[in-house]
Amino acid sequence: MDALQLLLSGLSNGCVYGLIAMGFVLIYKASEAINFAQGDMMMLGAFITLGLTNEQYFDLPFWVSVPMAMLLMGAIGYALDALILRKMFGQSQIAVVIVTIALGFVARFVAGAIWGYEPQSLESPIAGLDFRFAGLALGIDELMVIIVTIALTGALYIFFARTKLGVAMQAASQNQMAAFYMGIPVKRMHSLVWALSGVIAAIAGILFASKGSIDPSTGLLGIKAFAAAVIGGLGSLPGALIGGLLVGIVEPFAARYIEGDIARIMPYLLLVLVLVFRPHGILSQVQSKKV
Amino acid sequence: MNLLDLQNVTLRFGGLVAVDNVSFSVKQGEVFSLVGPNGAGKSTIFNMISRFYDPAEGDILFQGQSILKKASHDIPHLGIARTFQNIELFEQASVLQNLLVGRQRHRRSNVLEEILFLPKVRKQEHHHRLAVEHVIDFLDLQPYRDKFISGLPYGIRKVVEMGRALAIGPKLLLLDEPASGLSTEETQDVAFWIEDIKKVMGITVLMVEHDMHLVNSVSDRVLALADGKILTIGTPSEVQNHPDVIKAYIGSDEEDALT
Amino acid sequence: MRIIFKTSYDADIRYFSNRVPALWYLALLLMSIALPFIINEFWLGEFTLMLIWAIAGMGLMLLVGHSGQASLGHAAFMAVGAYSNVILQEYGLPFILSLPLAGFFAGLAGVLVAMPTTKLHGIYMAIATIAIGVLAEDLIVILAPWTGGVSGKFAPSIEIFGINFDRYGNVSGLYWLILGITCLIVLGYKNILRSPLGRSFMAIRDSEISAQAMGVNIARTRTISFALSCAITGISGALMGHFSLVFTNETFNIVISIYLLLMIVIGGLGFIQGAFIGAAIVTFLPSVISFSRDAFFSNSAIIPGIESGMFGAILIFVILFEPMGLYGRWLKIRSYFELFPFYRRDMFRRQKSYLKTERMR
Repeated sequence: MDALQLLLSGLSNGCVYGLIAMGFVLIYKASEAINFAQGDMMMLGAFITLGLTNEQYFDLPFWVSVPMAMLLMGAIGYALDALILRKMFGQSQIAVVIVTIALGFVARFVAGAIWGYEPQSLESPIAGLDFRFAGLALGIDELMVIIVTIALTGALYIFFARTKLGVAMQAASQNQMAAFYMGIPVKRMHSLVWALSGVIAAIAGILFASKGSIDPSTGLLGIKAFAAAVIGGLGSLPGALIGGLLVGIVEPFAARYIEGDIARIMPYLLLVLVLVFRPHGILSQVQSKKV
Repeated sequence: MNLLDLQNVTLRFGGLVAVDNVSFSVKQGEVFSLVGPNGAGKSTIFNMISRFYDPAEGDILFQGQSILKKASHDIPHLGIARTFQNIELFEQASVLQNLLVGRQRHRRSNVLEEILFLPKVRKQEHHHRLAVEHVIDFLDLQPYRDKFISGLPYGIRKVVEMGRALAIGPKLLLLDEPASGLSTEETQDVAFWIEDIKKVMGITVLMVEHDMHLVNSVSDRVLALADGKILTIGTPSEVQNHPDVIKAYIGSDEEDALT
Repeated sequence: MRIIFKTSYDADIRYFSNRVPALWYLALLLMSIALPFIINEFWLGEFTLMLIWAIAGMGLMLLVGHSGQASLGHAAFMAVGAYSNVILQEYGLPFILSLPLAGFFAGLAGVLVAMPTTKLHGIYMAIATIAIGVLAEDLIVILAPWTGGVSGKFAPSIEIFGINFDRYGNVSGLYWLILGITCLIVLGYKNILRSPLGRSFMAIRDSEISAQAMGVNIARTRTISFALSCAITGISGALMGHFSLVFTNETFNIVISIYLLLMIVIGGLGFIQGAFIGAAIVTFLPSVISFSRDAFFSNSAIIPGIESGMFGAILIFVILFEPMGLYGRWLKIRSYFELFPFYRRDMFRRQKSYLKTERMR
């Protein structure tokens, strides 16, 4: 009984990690760059929704502010790539990593300057609701997170497999040169991938914020999500979700059954173990360089 | 005496047999060339000698000793140097530093001595520099000594690659397409250098090359490969007139013409 | 315009290629030594802090700038240095022994981290080191019996042969001491760069394949670079402990690691000078921000997080407009004046190294 509750909260946390991790993977697949600001983009998405929804700010209906936040984050993602990352083409991967880290710092500062550093909670219609079932209290918010994640994963799958834009994006990320010759605007595809991961970040942020409170350093959660992405294998979208779920489930169980301090480091221990024994993740795609 | 022996070497990538039961020997002091169409397994053979790939079967001997137990970084210490087909220089360093890396084989100081830069290290640096200056003189690289690789034109980079391999002071030099992408004049220079490397320096050369003029003018013996199999070994003219070789090179074109 | 005639190989081995830069750096050193007589104790403290950051920056620079491996967890090694230094002193060792030993232990920790991760590349290495940075923070709490856990450790004031170098009692003394240590590390660093070891670092940075073909043992070289880098960083950690007097797990958290990395990138990767420029920015940015706030806005409240926000913004600008860092920009300005009027815009242009893919093509 107890285990079921832990599993549910683990799954819902894991879904949020998984969504952020999917953002990492999308960008990695497209440009072999890692967006360390993905967690901060999630935080920003959550705060934008909060700013639009909450009474003290704009006080819009929740269902109006959600699509607005998604659009806004998509635009921010597109702009980041078009204005900054595209200009870095040709610089090393690590330079890109460093820039995205810096972007995260800036995002945290901007969020703090606008919404303050105190934890706030999103006034969402599902927050705090739960329903009782056979002696368990299952949070509606937690269930919602899981349902939305499943729906989003399905939508992404259809997008990449069936739509023209999705296929073009895949092509551009698998072989830039060939895609370019086929007349696919590779640069714009990259920006669109960033926009897409901005939208996903917004969704992850909204889901996260509807489960609890957020503050500008919420984005540091991204590090955990990043561990999830690597555990799953950076090149694989399903891997990202699996990694996220794994990290999400490990956490509450470790917190329950292992001593507190050690429980906290479990995701990272898991990450180190994966890196040492399966360096490219559980579902790996990387081969060594050819001479 | 045989410097290098490949004995029944086979390598598979998944289901693809890249090198199929290949045996040949390179004699001390000769220039030995590998020719064949793209994908024949020439560079793969180099990569096995460099120990980047493990052959599935067979053995590779250098001076009568198997090198299959050695790691990649031990190979230069035995006296085998190589260049790469798609130039692999140290981009963010000067030509001089690139060549000096080749002297790693002759490093006789440990980390602590180098941090303190003891007189011994300084003396050793002078020796390295002298050896490298010989190579620079040999290849006429003087004007580029302090230039960064990342700013050099392709032709010069190609020469620096050769220089870096020579700086090792090898017994056997593996040249992977030394003339690819070079102009006729530059290829002519390469031909002279290979002659001198053999005659003056006494270094044995194993070369992969597509430019048949270069192959003919410098090689003592030529091995023709196709689809990982040996077609024939012999003098340049023997190989060039061998029916199988002609078929391997132009056979596919004929098929194309028929269809 | 300056023309340098080299008459012996030593011209390329010496620290300075000719007398002009040698004199400039001598002047800089004399200025640094005279600093305590010029500025007040507050600013001297700031300069001391800058030197400590510069040492940490040099440690990371050796790894990132010269052997091409990213570390996003270097604060962990500062922590190893700080804790082992203080713990050794608690066992009665004098500072003069505990400091190098702290460096040694930090280097050892570096080896332990490097050994299982030598197969990891680029981004994966960065990830592994992040994990180590995060783990270290929690490990300090878990190892509370030795580390004091969340209540932290108290660093005694430094004493060498009866002379006390207290953080507040002898500010100039502490500054000179740390200046001396900094100079020693710079010399050692320069020596590494001009010896075969430095070239093997450069080799694994620019092309691992080629490094192997030149006889460089990659696993060993990477481990050595990690060990040396962590040892230097550990020493800076130990000094940081003495400087801040009390330190806890929070003192060396993951944000500090990231700051270190951003710092050396802003300063200029691959230049020792870059570590110092970056350190100056990290140290003096908060003061600059607070002074300009007081000057321009009369009644402004303190905005938390403005430092890291500014820092991030500076970094983005530097990377976009001057990938060689501030020191690289300085080199360009200098050669503009040296070569006037013959400087060409593309003089420092390097071929872009287009996306080196890690995936199979």
